[in-house]
Amino acid sequence: MAETATHEFVQNLKELPGTVKDACFRTGKLPESEREESQATFHNLFLHIHSVRVHLRSLNPTLTFGLGLIAAASFIITLITGVLLMVYYKPSTDLAYQSMKDIHFTVYTGRFIRNIHRWAAQVMVLVVLLHMARVFFTASYKKPREFNWLVGLGLLVITLALSFTGYLLPWDQLAYWAITIGSNIANSPRELTDAIGITQWFDPGGFQKQLLLGANYVGQDALIRFYVLHVFILPLVLVTLMGVHFWRIRKDGGLAKPEDSPGGLAEWGGERREVFQPLATKTYGLMALVKGKRPTVNRGPENTVMSWPHLFWAELAVFMLTVAITLVLAFYSDAPLKELANPAIPENPAKAPWYFLGLQELVSYSAFMGGLLIPVIVLVGLALIPFLDRRAGGEGVWFGEKGEKGVFWQSLVFAIAITVGMLAFTVNFGWLRSWFPKIHQLWIIAINPGSLLVVVFAAWSLWVLRRRNSVRLAAVSLFTCFLVGFTLLTYFATVHRGPNWHFYWWPSQWPLH
Amino acid sequence: MSRLDPPPVSRRSFLSIAAIGSFFAAIGTAVAGILRLPNPAVLPGPVRRFKLGPPEQFLAGSETPFPDNNLVLFRDDDGFYAISTTCTHLGCTVARSAEGFACPCHGSRFDPQGNVVGGPAPRPLPWLEVSRAADGELIVHADIEIQEGTHYRV
Repeated sequence: MAETATHEFVQNLKELPGTVKDACFRTGKLPESEREESQATFHNLFLHIHSVRVHLRSLNPTLTFGLGLIAAASFIITLITGVLLMVYYKPSTDLAYQSMKDIHFTVYTGRFIRNIHRWAAQVMVLVVLLHMARVFFTASYKKPREFNWLVGLGLLVITLALSFTGYLLPWDQLAYWAITIGSNIANSPRELTDAIGITQWFDPGGFQKQLLLGANYVGQDALIRFYVLHVFILPLVLVTLMGVHFWRIRKDGGLAKPEDSPGGLAEWGGERREVFQPLATKTYGLMALVKGKRPTVNRGPENTVMSWPHLFWAELAVFMLTVAITLVLAFYSDAPLKELANPAIPENPAKAPWYFLGLQELVSYSAFMGGLLIPVIVLVGLALIPFLDRRAGGEGVWFGEKGEKGVFWQSLVFAIAITVGMLAFTVNFGWLRSWFPKIHQLWIIAINPGSLLVVVFAAWSLWVLRRRNSVRLAAVSLFTCFLVGFTLLTYFATVHRGPNWHFYWWPSQWPLH
Repeated sequence: MSRLDPPPVSRRSFLSIAAIGSFFAAIGTAVAGILRLPNPAVLPGPVRRFKLGPPEQFLAGSETPFPDNNLVLFRDDDGFYAISTTCTHLGCTVARSAEGFACPCHGSRFDPQGNVVGGPAPRPLPWLEVSRAADGELIVHADIEIQEGTHYRV
């Protein structure tokens, strides 16, 4: 067939849609065989972080409840809505509040977008906490996943930092007084250095406060710093850590799960499947790719299914669920916007968003102990868990170790009793300053309801360690105490603290003023 | 050269070490510069010296709040004194209460002299320096803390 260049050109022009599509999508069509399904996964930049096959146990919704995915999905939602809000938001003390009003009242879908942003952020904070609890109670932090537990803690801190910097930006009453209180918490090492009289030589508090505010007062310099943190630095760190987090899940051998027993039959999803018998003569070159005690072959690939489509359907469903929940919440409930920032007087009571209210209760005992030292102690304690509890067993099973449920319930009751007792005592009898007004501040920093809770919880955990003779059970008791303490303090400060941070049974009893 | 002598560093490995060393020195200097940037030599901020008015305006036994300046001016038989209403705990503005001052944020409580009587505040409310301007009006310098009990006589 003698073709001219013109003919070829026309022919290529006709085939253009197909050739462009083939150039964009490497396989060019939806996969039909398992081989093509595997290629669809690992030939795609966005999908190749997944393994080609996924264990049936990892797909079981009650193992994870999709919490990590919901956290990631809600972050993507905040990212998109956040960029949209940046179109109108102006980080200036004169204009910020007005631009919030513009977003609410003059921008098409502005209020809705802001509501979605705010609700997705709230969902993210809640779900990140739940995700941490899930990983803990399924012992999924154990070797080789210690590092990913640390990355997860980093993500928790960044998530909270993003939430904090986020509600500073509208420059309303909540924002102004949150910056004031936040920067003074950063300044609170002065409570200690003042008490022992070394502030003029050693002043980490003053340094931190100045770093956050960039000025002697809360104003434009502080707003622009928190804006840069919120829209650039923190999201960048979060995305980086998320990447590492996901990558390590894969490299650590997928979601934590108990070993499949080699040989024989295993029951999965109502089907009985044969499990591979490992052959001593065989060498497994893939061993080096994924950390683990044995190559995947030994785990029985019969208990896995293709990631395309099973895992991707599940991920898509969780993403859609997150979007749906966020949209419904955003539709029915507006993100709050208080009055314009007024440096003369805070609201009464001036309450932080719910996830910081437990912290606010602790801070109301001692700024340094409650605002800095206890959070640091808690974070260090959480970070140490996988390095102190190193005995394998129970990974990927809820309350997998013998006696774990018992310890959980005991610790739950114990921690509730102690926390409620401590709060009731404090409300009824006050604390050291009320009894001895002249007492040295060091006593109050050292001995207050918050620090006592930490000590009692630690003592309880050590007692469990000795009595039950298991590091894992001691960790379970401590983590349960932490969860109860966090939840009860948050509840208490939300419902039972009113004007002047006094105790009230119900917000309806607050005095009018 | 005995076998106990350390092997001489070859020119190539010396240059390699020097190159790596200069790399870390450059990174270190850059990081130092980056860390220095957020700390300006001069911190912006308003001058917190407030002119409150002629002394005759304030009767003996009176107390006058200046909410925009976060202070309360008192006059008793011994003279004037000014107390800051910025809580020494975490910087919220305290409000006048039946027993003295109360903080809305974390429940610190102070007596009318600013002494802590309850809550988490680590220090009493600061007493501020009172003086007079050339035209005779009272001036409070809100950044200068003075001894509690110091009165300014007119």
